Amino acid sequence: MNHLDLLTFARGDALNWALILFAAGVVLRLFEIFGLGRKADLAKPRTNSPGSGWRTVFTRSLPPQGLLKREPVTYVGGYVFHLGLFATILFFAPHIEFFDDLFGISWPNLPSALVDASAVASIVALCVLLAHRITNPVKRMLSGFGDYLAWALTLLPLLTGYLAFHHLLFEYTLMLSLHLFSVELLLVLLPFTKLFHTFSVFISRWYNGDIFGRKGTAS
Amino acid sequence: MKQTDFPKVLQGTVGEGLEQRGITRREFLKFCTALTAMLALPPSMASVMAEAIAKARRQSVIWLSFQECTGCTESITRSHSPTLETLIFDLISLDYHHTLQAASAEAAELARTQAMQDNAGKYLLIVDGSIPMGNPGYSTIAGISNYDMLVETAKGAAAIVAVGTCATYGGLPKADPNPTGAVAVSDIIKDKPIINVPGCPPIPVVMTGVLAHFLTFGSIPELDDLGRPKSFYGETIHDRCYRRPFYDQGKFAQTFDDEAARMGWCLFKLGCKGPVTYNACATTKWNDGTSFPIQSGHGCIGCSEPNFWDAGPLYKALSMPVSATASMLGAAAVAGAAAGVAITWHNHSNKASAKAAHEKVTPQELLREDK
Repeated sequence: MNHLDLLTFARGDALNWALILFAAGVVLRLFEIFGLGRKADLAKPRTNSPGSGWRTVFTRSLPPQGLLKREPVTYVGGYVFHLGLFATILFFAPHIEFFDDLFGISWPNLPSALVDASAVASIVALCVLLAHRITNPVKRMLSGFGDYLAWALTLLPLLTGYLAFHHLLFEYTLMLSLHLFSVELLLVLLPFTKLFHTFSVFISRWYNGDIFGRKGTAS
Repeated sequence: MKQTDFPKVLQGTVGEGLEQRGITRREFLKFCTALTAMLALPPSMASVMAEAIAKARRQSVIWLSFQECTGCTESITRSHSPTLETLIFDLISLDYHHTLQAASAEAAELARTQAMQDNAGKYLLIVDGSIPMGNPGYSTIAGISNYDMLVETAKGAAAIVAVGTCATYGGLPKADPNPTGAVAVSDIIKDKPIINVPGCPPIPVVMTGVLAHFLTFGSIPELDDLGRPKSFYGETIHDRCYRRPFYDQGKFAQTFDDEAARMGWCLFKLGCKGPVTYNACATTKWNDGTSFPIQSGHGCIGCSEPNFWDAGPLYKALSMPVSATASMLGAAAVAGAAAGVAITWHNHSNKASAKAAHEKVTPQELLREDK
């Protein structure tokens, strides 16, 4: 199998299966989470806090006061990584072509150099965050295999994409295939790892906001 | 038919032939300089090459055409009005080429066997077209199957030049579902040096460049891992494309011949395969350096790459899925939902049976523990 065959497989059957497992996995997990349910809270709410859950969805997306001083690495690293990742995924012209083909929707792209800078920022942020995770005793204690797996699964597409774009390490067609394979690995494992927060983050934020509102700890 | 009936191979050198045709040494040197540049050789090699080619005896060449469309021959012989490149072609001894030769039938086949005998171990074998392995009857010449003719002729060849994507990698005949069981020359011949000159068709000057290299050095040029001369196939079309700066800026043509396409913006969105295609089109161009597909507004289709015909739709951008669709995702989501319902039902029944099996601690049990 030559490099172009590998790329065709990566864009073809491999991608199809990854997308199928991804879509099925995400829906399955959502059903599983909602299907678990919660026991009815029979206690009288301590405070009347309508909309506490929805408010929390938004307020927790903004940085809380004092966090920058207390946890500068987590704070800055987290924002840089996430924003860089979104810019790279959503505003690189070839990526938009992917979404256009699959869903029939497209939007303007950013200049490739800017996307490149976003990807670099994301990669650097990921590396800094990993170093911090390892050196910070509290974070290290809280981290398990799942955290490191999620980190690696996220880094690989960014790194292989960067290397392919700059024609580094391997021949371009091969590197592009590896980029696609890394994305496919991410797609397949996303529903079953901590990366599922992509879908569950706002659900859990709403739940936390709502339950704490009932307990009198308004967000 | 006596062998004397066939035109004798000219015994003169290439230099003599050039002189007879009124090609000046200056013109010839210019040609060699261009070739050395294209072959990525040092400039000083131009005069060495000129010397070597001029002194060389006309190289005996046998050209076999198998499952092909004659596009390769068209490209090399009729791409533009006669130039030095085509004259060089005249000046090799093309002893067998069933499209170009005057002889036919038995006489034609005798020309081949004669050339094989006279130049055993020295002739150059050029092949265009793929070889059908499904049934020998799919493609025959003078009743001889392509496979048998290739194996027989390759035996005494000094080297083989596979011309065109069919001979190099199977090409269109090999495209899925490959009804004839087409294979490339290199799939059959394992004991001879093979130079792959892919393209559908290949660029004429690449062909003459490879021949010039062989005549000058008596060896084959440096090849990449797909057997292609690195000097011509070392870089992608994309990396040498004049539209490349627009790719870097994220400026793309949206449809064929729109304003952006005319301004030279990148054709990536129109399905250009330039980023994964190794060939010299963007530098040497076609029709005597006039233009190349991307310059005329059409994306590269990747014709010099193995299995390019099966590498996804020609007009889909390289970053688009080959066959994935939104409805496929929808079906997967429905299957996921069904599995989710099953798991939820399983979880609930687990919970219910745990609840049913739960035994309350009785006062008697507590008393027993006290003892």
